Amino acid sequence: MIVPYSHILLLSALLFVLGMLCAVTRRNLIMVLLGLEIMLNAGAVAFVGAALRWQQIEGQTMVIFILAVAAAEVSIGLALIVFAYRRTGSLDPQSIKDLFSTERP
Amino acid sequence: MSVYAILFYAIAVFILASTAIAVTRRHLVHAAVFLALSFFGSAMLFYLLGAPLLAMLEVIVYVGAIMVLFLFVIMMVEVKGKDSGVLTRGQQAAAALLGIVYVAAAVMLVRAAAAGGNAALQAAVAEPAVFGEYLFRQHWLSIEIASFLLLIALMGVLHLGRDIRRRQTGKENAS
Repeated sequence: MIVPYSHILLLSALLFVLGMLCAVTRRNLIMVLLGLEIMLNAGAVAFVGAALRWQQIEGQTMVIFILAVAAAEVSIGLALIVFAYRRTGSLDPQSIKDLFSTERP
Repeated sequence: MSVYAILFYAIAVFILASTAIAVTRRHLVHAAVFLALSFFGSAMLFYLLGAPLLAMLEVIVYVGAIMVLFLFVIMMVEVKGKDSGVLTRGQQAAAALLGIVYVAAAVMLVRAAAAGGNAALQAAVAEPAVFGEYLFRQHWLSIEIASFLLLIALMGVLHLGRDIRRRQTGKENAS
């Protein structure tokens, strides 16, 4: 016997809030991407808990797709970050936005 | 309270603590390492919740691939200067308000869900062989689409990387 499903949901929600906090408040693109990873992981936790709650293996298959999407997202995101860093020499979202907008006439 | 419940709460505290530490670190390398620790905790949680294959995949993909990729990029870009992670006063107030609303909504939702049935979950394990067979029988098309997505991501990353190098060499030739 493990805990009730609501406790798993609560853990997942708290993780999600932490990730959102990280993505929203940090002024650094790498930390924003880390926050996105935390949020995806929180979703995966909720899915695994639901799979156990309803005894359906379907929930676990969703986590496989979450993993695939997370891997694709992080590779593209990091490539974009490196691209922007080489162009502008900064990781601050605001300054990158300013630099890219001033670059074009 | 059974052993499983104690394990769950210990792992939950571990995950939340390491994630909170990771989120608040100034130094990017520290944040990445603590987040890897948090993903190890998630893998343990998956194992506890009856998903051994997912636990292994979490370690391999999240800790082994994604966090190492983060560490590579962090060491590549060598951030200098300030990391102004502070918000203005107005933003802090708005964030606190929205956070309180969100937490209240979550607590109400969990209460409502618990009203339906607050019974502790039965432990069950999805054997990796059973799980894999189910996955490839029922979701083969989605698996193909996911692999296609990864291929597209690979192509996109290659394009972004190549573009930079060509532009830089072009600049050097011009100067």
